[in-house]
Amino acid sequence: MKYVDEFRAPELISKAGEEIRRLADPKRHYRIMEVCGGHTHAIYRFGLKDLLPENVELIHGPGCPVCVLPMGRIDDGLSLTAEPEFIFAAFGDMMRVPGTHGSPLEYKARGMDVRIVYSPADALKLARLNPQKHVVFFAIGFETTAPSTALTIIRAKAEGLRNFSVFCNHVTIIPAIRAILDSPDMRLDGFVGPGHVSTVIGCRPYEWIAKDQGKPVVVSGFEPLDILQSIVMLLRQLRDGQAIVENQYKRVVPWEGNPAALRAMAEVFELRPYFEWRGLGFISQSALKIRAAYAEWDSEQRFTVPGVRVTDPKAAQCGEVLKGVLKPSQCKLFGRECTPEQPVGALMVSSEGSCAAHYNYSQHRPVTIAAAASL
Amino acid sequence: MATLAPKIKFREPQIEMAHGAGGKASRRLVEGLFAPLLFAGAQGPLGDAAHIQINGTRIAMTTDSFVVSPLRFPGGSIGELAINGTVNDLAVSGARAEAIVVTFVLEAGLSTDILEAEVRAMGQAAEAAGVRIAGGDTKVVEHGKADLMYITTTGVGRLLPGVAISPESVQPGDKILLSGPIGDHGITILLARGELDIEAELRSDTRSVFPLVQSIAQAAGGGIRWMRDPTRGGVATSLNELARDCGRGIVLSEEKIPVRDAVRGACELLGLDPLHIANEGQFLAVVAADQAGAALEALRRAPGGTEAVIIGEVRDEPAASVLVTTLYGGSRLVDMLVGDPLPRIC
Repeated sequence: MKYVDEFRAPELISKAGEEIRRLADPKRHYRIMEVCGGHTHAIYRFGLKDLLPENVELIHGPGCPVCVLPMGRIDDGLSLTAEPEFIFAAFGDMMRVPGTHGSPLEYKARGMDVRIVYSPADALKLARLNPQKHVVFFAIGFETTAPSTALTIIRAKAEGLRNFSVFCNHVTIIPAIRAILDSPDMRLDGFVGPGHVSTVIGCRPYEWIAKDQGKPVVVSGFEPLDILQSIVMLLRQLRDGQAIVENQYKRVVPWEGNPAALRAMAEVFELRPYFEWRGLGFISQSALKIRAAYAEWDSEQRFTVPGVRVTDPKAAQCGEVLKGVLKPSQCKLFGRECTPEQPVGALMVSSEGSCAAHYNYSQHRPVTIAAAASL
Repeated sequence: MATLAPKIKFREPQIEMAHGAGGKASRRLVEGLFAPLLFAGAQGPLGDAAHIQINGTRIAMTTDSFVVSPLRFPGGSIGELAINGTVNDLAVSGARAEAIVVTFVLEAGLSTDILEAEVRAMGQAAEAAGVRIAGGDTKVVEHGKADLMYITTTGVGRLLPGVAISPESVQPGDKILLSGPIGDHGITILLARGELDIEAELRSDTRSVFPLVQSIAQAAGGGIRWMRDPTRGGVATSLNELARDCGRGIVLSEEKIPVRDAVRGACELLGLDPLHIANEGQFLAVVAADQAGAALEALRRAPGGTEAVIIGEVRDEPAASVLVTTLYGGSRLVDMLVGDPLPRIC
């Protein structure tokens, strides 16, 4: 498969692995955070940890949109399904995330009208097909998905489609990284920077991490070779005492981002003064709300939602795992009370959540198995 | 003597789609509720078909319901699936399907043309598989109470001589055979729903696997330890069930597992693992190491078996788990399907 196989070629992968082992100073311990849940997933899926020396440690970051959403937002969104004229539409990875009274899928099993959509445009299509109903699109995601939500709202307004609105939970990546760097218990040497977010925002917004905090950032693609090459680039910077932003994912990410997408976002959204993140607490100017000019298409401005705040179950340590302070398996509930089937926290639900990735791909790490080359 | 009350372990308050998806939740329902109440006396793990003894003759018996949406899709339709599915469940339990009875649940308002097309498809599939349709029953429910039509088929089969399969007989060193590329059916259905704007040249793999099973039974009858058709939940779920039932580790080599480009592409786009995607015309067999070569050769010579491969082997470790070695010498565990990425695929 083109653009995939080249980045999974075993000989290149093993070369990158050798280069990492060569660059890693045995007297040092490297802590590198991959910000994106997509990277976390790929690292587990392709068994990349097995290729790294022990002193190069990968810390999973907060870049999983489902994971950082506090339970209260899910309850607020689902509260709208109590009225039979509502259709609740969301991406598939939202469907099993638990709210206080169950996940969207459980609401669906009880007879509420809950639909999986693959894009906000699909939710808009639902609204056109069901003029007697009101479709609420439960929007989640970083800058990766926010532009398509914005364009959908612009389209709804242009069509005068009034039976459609967006329950907006879009968040922005930079404040989350800042919160992690401000966290006193965190010690990091560099970042594998978000790939898809950067297709929209470009590479400039990370420059303060290099300049002010002295940590190298390499914006990375999602294939095994991308991730390993990004680690090579980070280790080179660290060897040379450098801290700059580099772009490994040039085939997709323009340095300046995507101006059209940024314009659509600016047209529809403004920053919320503050927003609650699961595990990270309230972070100022870290999320998007729909501007007054589009209030008609904002579920929160149009309907009454309870605005509940729910604390996560006490024993769950999602916050520490999200910040990278704890590894998934160090949480008291991991693999016992909290599994992908009966998740307590959202990190166990989304395939991009570090707990789900850890559980699915290496929950009981076996003794190193010789490659099955003899088969 | 007082009998013990059956121990019901299923404590979930309501049935979710996942309980029918063939993965972990299905297993909990069957083992936690159905098994203790309905077949408490049954011996050993639950297979694809029951083996029953009547007047000294052992027969295999199985039943399966089909609720696929849409009814027709590239490469097949609900009627064809309903015959092949039951023929295959019997085949992988080591039996040749002899007779099938059919139940139709039809929705009032269903067009006769649609029904006729499916009945014809069933007749053709039965003829191709060499099985007799021996009877049936029809129920009609109000409009809106069923999705056009549901079909249930129940089949009985004659056990092939010299084939005795069970998870307990699986030994370290045994090889895992796969009859051909995986994921065609599940991805075909997903695309046929038209909810995704993705198009691909892909057809369901629905077919009777009996001729293939027969070919390896002749080549390596006594060496076949276990077989399964990896339908809902895919290869990952079938092999995890085996790993748990036999307590051993299954180690697969990722590069050996055949997946068509269209299936791989769709899985990459949608974040799915081909190992979790349903098949309707493939089967897995665990064969003793010294007979695996002969079994593979026989499979490849049989019509429709040219793409058969050995994808892995049984080891002591990791116990009761399935491990995939990646192209780079790394490894990952593969769990059963959790939840239901693609509802109503069969």
